[in-house]
Amino acid sequence: MRNIWTIAKREYNLYFISPVAYVVAFLFLTIIALIFAINIMAMTVNQFGFAPPPDSRVVTGPMAFLLLLATPALTMRLLADEVRMGTMELLLTAPVREYELVVGKWLGAFLFMLTLMAASLVFPLILQQITNPGIDQMLMMSGYLGVILLASAFLAIGVGISALFSNQVAAFFTTMVIFVILWWLVGAPANVLPGGSDIFRYLDMSGHFYQNFNEGRITLSGIAYYLSLTALGLLIGTTAIETRRWR
Amino acid sequence: MIEVSNLTKDYGARRAIDGLNFEARQGEITGFLGPNGAGKTTTMRILTGYMPPSDGTATIAGYDVVRNSLEVRKRVGYLPETVPLYTEMTVFDYLKFMADLRRLPDAEDIIEETLEMVGLLDRAGGYIGNLSKGMRQRVGLAQALLHRPEVLILDEPTIGLDPAQIIEVRNLIREIGKERTVLLSTHILSEAQQICDRILIINKGKIVAEDTPQNLQSSLSGAQRVQLTVRGDAAKLTGKIGGLDGVESVILNGQDQLEFQYAAGSDARPAVARMVVESNFDLLEMRTISLSLEEIFLTLTKEVPAESEE
Repeated sequence: MRNIWTIAKREYNLYFISPVAYVVAFLFLTIIALIFAINIMAMTVNQFGFAPPPDSRVVTGPMAFLLLLATPALTMRLLADEVRMGTMELLLTAPVREYELVVGKWLGAFLFMLTLMAASLVFPLILQQITNPGIDQMLMMSGYLGVILLASAFLAIGVGISALFSNQVAAFFTTMVIFVILWWLVGAPANVLPGGSDIFRYLDMSGHFYQNFNEGRITLSGIAYYLSLTALGLLIGTTAIETRRWR
Repeated sequence: MIEVSNLTKDYGARRAIDGLNFEARQGEITGFLGPNGAGKTTTMRILTGYMPPSDGTATIAGYDVVRNSLEVRKRVGYLPETVPLYTEMTVFDYLKFMADLRRLPDAEDIIEETLEMVGLLDRAGGYIGNLSKGMRQRVGLAQALLHRPEVLILDEPTIGLDPAQIIEVRNLIREIGKERTVLLSTHILSEAQQICDRILIINKGKIVAEDTPQNLQSSLSGAQRVQLTVRGDAAKLTGKIGGLDGVESVILNGQDQLEFQYAAGSDARPAVARMVVESNFDLLEMRTISLSLEEIFLTLTKEVPAESEE
């Protein structure tokens, strides 16, 4: 357990000296801010022909999609770079178990993501100030729980893919492809097939968020889905490193 | 203590090491000598638990490297061939990270002590990326020494160092080797000769010789070669020396120098010396030329044309 923390701490600190992480953080928060500003204008001036209700969904909604774009950039380096730099040999000959390494890497990235999300709380806070009687805080909690679970699953898959490659770019694109499949393609048959489409609807990564968590419905099946994906990603990573030894 | 028995590793169809058997004892520095691609790094990677062998067993301090990998890794300090460093970290942070992974108490003191051992105390706060190759090598060494391991495995520890640093590092290794088990690989023969108590010569995955540097030299040289310097025309002596008992051959090396060889069983030197003096020549020097480790190495690792590669 302590090893997980040691590795996570190093990864977390590393994000703060990594240009990629700064670019990701900057774009992530700036785009949320822009969308937020446009929505506020729509709500107050009501010139654009639409006016979303003033609640935290204007923040968590776009954030979920931005996670999909940001995660591969944050995770591509995690294990692929250790292989490239030869430091994998250092870690695998230190008294560290494979799963500790993978979970530590994931935790470091997850904590960084949580930091970004904590920074984004400023937007619901502004909304709280400028609306009367304030925003629906339960809805906000549910939405944030959703993005946190989503980030956990995204990052775990990213770490798992990163363990398969010794090249960051390959890890980035593969992760992106997997996300596209899970986000858009898996759920698609549900709209076409008349019956027996529940399984596709359940496997759809975006559905659990947009139809449940972001609407204030915390479902057990949604939590189980995201946590299962997290476990699967970490398992892929651990297995990949174990097989790397046997090659 | 390292015990290796019948250790074999295949990379696909290629056999990197083939049935290695050896021991490295505590308090001894064992040198692993061989040309590139002989299987030195592969063996070390198996011993440190980085990868498992295809066949055979290896134990370190009584623990099997496959079944008790974690216990082995706790007891081994390893400096890989390409020094694994995080260039974006400072020397201190890097060592702190490794100390934390090894769960060392009082990490700060230990790091300071270790940095002093490798002579990098003044660079503790500097980024590893800004260090020279020699300094990086020493950071890697510090990492391997951090937990004061029972067994130290060093893959080419002096590569990339300048002559002064090489001497420092060799002294350091010798110091460490007094109470620990050290296994180091090198392809610098003089280095193995200088710091190792025992040498294993490995070629194509097999151990071709194993002994102390001194024994290797004498046992493999067979005939003894002696160089003779005299005042006067040495050519006149060749015939006389060649006629003596036990002398196998005489070669003229220069105007006043010749070289003769005698069978290892009989010492022809006194007879030769007497003969030179009795022939009214001044004997200036008589010196045994031992077959250098370099020559032994080349003989042992020479390509055998009949052995075809697949």
